[in-house]
Amino acid sequence: MSLVEVRDLSVGFGGLRAVDGLSFSLAKGAALALVGESGSGKSTVASALLGLHRGTGARVGGSVEVAGVDVQRASDDELRRLRGARAAMVFQDPLSSLDPYYAIGDQIAEVYRVHNRVSRRAARARAVGVLDRVGIQDAGRRSRSRPHEFSGGMRQRALIAMALACEPDLLIADEPTTALDVTVQAQILDLLHVLREETGTGLLLVTHDVGVAAGNADEILVMRHGRMVEQGPVADVLGGPAQPYTRQLLGAVPRVDVPRTGDLRVDAPRGVTPGVDSGPAPGSAPGPAPGPAGGATSAGSVPGGSVPGGSVSRGSVPADVVLEAVGLRREFGRGKHAFAAVDDVSLTVRRGETLGIVGESGSGKTTLGRMLVGLLEPTAGRILPGGGVRPDVQMVFQDPVSSLNPRRTVGESVADPLRARGTGTRPFGRSPERTGEEARIRGRVRELLERVGLEGAHYDRYPHEFSGGQRQRVGIARALAADPRVIVCDEPVSALDVTTQAQVVALLDELRRELGLALVFVAHDLAVVRQVSDHVAVMRRGRIVEYGPTDEVYGAPQDPYTRQLLAAVPALDPAVAAARRATRRAARREPAAM
Amino acid sequence: MNGFPGFALRRTVGTLATLLAISVVVYVVFYVTPGNVAQITCGPRCSPVQVQQVADQLRLDDPLYTRYWHFLQGLVIGQDYSTGASVQHCPAPCLGLSYQSDQQVTELILAKLPVSLSLVSGAMVMWLILGVGTGVLSAWRRGRLSERVLTGITLAGVATPVFVIGLVLMIVICGELELLPFPQYVNLTDDPEQWAWNLLLPWLSLALVEAAAFARLTRASMLETLAEDHIRTFRAYGVGERSVIGRHALRGAFAPVIALNANTVGSAVGGAVLTETLFGLPGVGRELVHAVDVVDLPVVVGTVLVIGFFVVIANAVADVLYAVADRRVVLT
Repeated sequence: MSLVEVRDLSVGFGGLRAVDGLSFSLAKGAALALVGESGSGKSTVASALLGLHRGTGARVGGSVEVAGVDVQRASDDELRRLRGARAAMVFQDPLSSLDPYYAIGDQIAEVYRVHNRVSRRAARARAVGVLDRVGIQDAGRRSRSRPHEFSGGMRQRALIAMALACEPDLLIADEPTTALDVTVQAQILDLLHVLREETGTGLLLVTHDVGVAAGNADEILVMRHGRMVEQGPVADVLGGPAQPYTRQLLGAVPRVDVPRTGDLRVDAPRGVTPGVDSGPAPGSAPGPAPGPAGGATSAGSVPGGSVPGGSVSRGSVPADVVLEAVGLRREFGRGKHAFAAVDDVSLTVRRGETLGIVGESGSGKTTLGRMLVGLLEPTAGRILPGGGVRPDVQMVFQDPVSSLNPRRTVGESVADPLRARGTGTRPFGRSPERTGEEARIRGRVRELLERVGLEGAHYDRYPHEFSGGQRQRVGIARALAADPRVIVCDEPVSALDVTTQAQVVALLDELRRELGLALVFVAHDLAVVRQVSDHVAVMRRGRIVEYGPTDEVYGAPQDPYTRQLLAAVPALDPAVAAARRATRRAARREPAAM
Repeated sequence: MNGFPGFALRRTVGTLATLLAISVVVYVVFYVTPGNVAQITCGPRCSPVQVQQVADQLRLDDPLYTRYWHFLQGLVIGQDYSTGASVQHCPAPCLGLSYQSDQQVTELILAKLPVSLSLVSGAMVMWLILGVGTGVLSAWRRGRLSERVLTGITLAGVATPVFVIGLVLMIVICGELELLPFPQYVNLTDDPEQWAWNLLLPWLSLALVEAAAFARLTRASMLETLAEDHIRTFRAYGVGERSVIGRHALRGAFAPVIALNANTVGSAVGGAVLTETLFGLPGVGRELVHAVDVVDLPVVVGTVLVIGFFVVIANAVADVLYAVADRRVVLT
C-alpha cells in the first residue's frame, strides 16, 4: 500500500484554480520531488496532504489519502492525529515558523506531548534527544534558547527535529532550504538524506530548485499552472525531458559546471525584443567568453589577472577601466561592537566587462556594492574615479517589489534620475520650457522602457500591475536613465523564477554588449555568476578570498573556501549529486575539515 | 553594564530624568503666568500684607532658576514656611503650601490618592479581564455572528462617555433594581467589604469605557499573530486550536496590551475626573478640577506633578514587563 495516494486533486481559492486535477502516489519510504515555478501550486499540494486548507475557505476536490487516513473525510480529531505524528511538515522560513516567545525545546516538547501521553519531563528529554540527533551541539543547553538565538541553519535543523519527534512515516518538506546559504543548504539536505536512510521515512520535497530535487528524490513531478507536466524517475526526466516546458525549465537553470556561453539569449518567448543585433548565434560553442560585440575590449586585451591592487598606478586610471576600488574597508558599529563588513578589498571594473561578486550571506558583498555606487562611505580606501555621488555608476536592487514606490507610476520612477539631473526648472508652474522638458523626459522614459523589453505605454502603470521579472526590467530602465558607465546589480535575479531569471540575465548581458556598459554582478548564486561574469571575486567575511577570470576560478579553484562552495552547489545530474554528497560526507569525517 | 540589571538601572535613571523635565515644564508654565503670581497664589481675599508674605515665600524677587531650585529643594529635602508668627515645616516631598485652604499640598494630595488608587486598581482588573477576554473571543470567532455582536458592543463602549454609562448603571442597578446602594466612598482600611461594594459601580463604569480600547487592540494583535507562520506550524503539527489560541497567539498579543495598560493606568490616576465626580469619589482628579476652578496654583502644580509621576512610573514598569515578556527586546 502506498503512503500517499492523491487522486484528481483540485484546490481553488476564490476564482483561482491553484491545483487542477493532480494525481500521484508515493510508496512507503520513497522520495518524490514536486518541482515548479512560483504559482505552480506545489505548496498548495503540500498543504492539502495535511488538510491545512480546511476552514480557510478554499475549495478542495478529489481525494487525498495519507498513511491510511482519508484527509478529505477525516474528522478534525483524526486529522490532528495525522498531523505531526504520521506526516510532519518542514516549512520554508525557519525563523518565522517557530514561535519567537518560547524556547525551542519547549516547542518540540509541546508537539510531542500532543501525540504522546508522557510527562513534561519525558517530552523535554525527547526534544533534547531529537535536537541532538539533527546535529545541534550541546543540545541540552541550546534547547532552552529561543529561535532568534539560533542561526538560520540551526533553526532549520530545529524544525527538522520537531518533524522527527514523533517518528512520522512521511516528511513533507516545503522549500526546506530556500532561505539558506548554499553550504548550509548542502548540510541540511545531507542531514535529511541520512535521517531518511536510517528511519525509512517517505519524503515529499517541494522545491523550485531542480538541482535540489535532482539530488534528493527518486521521482520528480514537474508542475505548471496547477497541473502536472511530467512525472518520472529523476534521471529520466532530467536526462531526457519529454515535455517542452520541462526542457525550457531545465534550459533556464544556470549551470555552475559549464563555462559561460557567448550569448545568453534564451529561446523562451520574451515581451518585446528590441533591436536585436547580429551577435553570435544562440547556443554557440561553449568556451571562454568571447569579447563583447563591438566593444572596445576584445577577449585578448582583458588582462588575465586583475589581481587586487594590481599593476594599475594609483591615481591615474587607464582608459578602459571605468571603476577601481583600492583597499576598501567599511566598518559598522562603534567601540567594542565594531566589525568590518568589508575589509581591504581592491578590484577593477573594465568597460564592457562583467565582474561577478559571489559570497554567502554576511560576506559583505552587498556592502561592497553599495560603496561602489556611493550609497555608503568607505571607512578606508578609495574608489576611482573619485568624488561623492557618481551618476555614472547606477544600481539595480534585489527586490523588485520594495525598490519601486507602489504609489507612483513606473514611468515616474524611471524618470526620477532624469529629473534629478534636470535643467533647474522646478516642478512648479507650467512655463513653456517646462512643458518641453516634460515631453522630452517622457519620450526618453518610453525609449528606456522599450529598451528593456517593456512597452512605452507602460509609463502610466503602477508597479503592482507588473510581474516580478517586469518589475526588475523597470529597475534596470531606471538604472539606465542616468546614462551610466557601470551598473551594480545587487542580487538582481534572486527573487525571480528560473525562466524569468534567465530572461533578465540575458537582458543585462545584451545591454552590456550593446551599450558598452560595465556590470558588477553581486549574487549568492554561483551558477548565475559563472554564466554572466568575465571575472569573479569570491568573498568571505568581508575579504576577497579568490579573484580572477571566471573560468579559472570555477575550473581550478585555489582557495579551500571556493572549493567548499562549489562542492555544495546542487548538481542537476543525480549521479553527480550522489558523488558530491559522498565527497562532502568524507570531508566531514576528516577531523581537520574546518 | 549588560543584561537585565544594567537595563533596569538605565531605565531608572531615564525615568528620573523624565520626572525632572516634567517638573521644569510644569513649574515654568504655571509660575511664569502673566499677572501678580503672589496675588493669584494667595487667593482673591488676601490682604496686601499676606500677598507680600506669599511673594517672599515664593521668592518672586529672585531669578527664575533660583526659584525653581528652591522648589526642587522642597521636593527633595522639604522646607519651612513662616506664616506670620508660626513656622510650619513641610517635609519632603514638599509640593508647597495651599494658601487658600491653608494646607500643605502633599498632605492634601495624599488624602485623595488612596481614593484614586482604589478606583484605578479595581477598574484595571476589570478592564483587563473584560477587554482582553472580548478581544480574544472576537479574534477567535472572527467573521461569525457572535464576533459581530461583540464588535458592536465594543464600538458602543468606545463611543459612549463614562458619565452616560455610569449614570445608566446607577439608575438601573441602584435606582430601579436596588441591587446596590448608591456608591459612597468607604476607606479600605475601615471596612474592606463596604469599600469593594461601594466601588463596584465606579469600577464597572470606568472599566467598560476603557475595556473597549483593550478589546480592539487585543483583537487586532491576535489576528496579526494568528496570520503568522509559526501558528501554521503548530496547526500543522496537530496542536489543538485552544492551545494555539491561548498559548501561542495570546502571547504574541501581550506586548501591546502591556504598553496600553501602562498609559491607561497612569492617566486614570489623575484623569478619571468624570467617574470621580459622577460617583462622588473624593479623588485626585476632582481635587485638580476644584483647584483649577479656584485658581489654587500650588495645588494645580502639585496635582499635575503627581499625575505625571504616575504616568512615567507606569511606563517604566511597562518597559520592564515588555522586556520580560519578549526576550528579543534589545535591552538598551
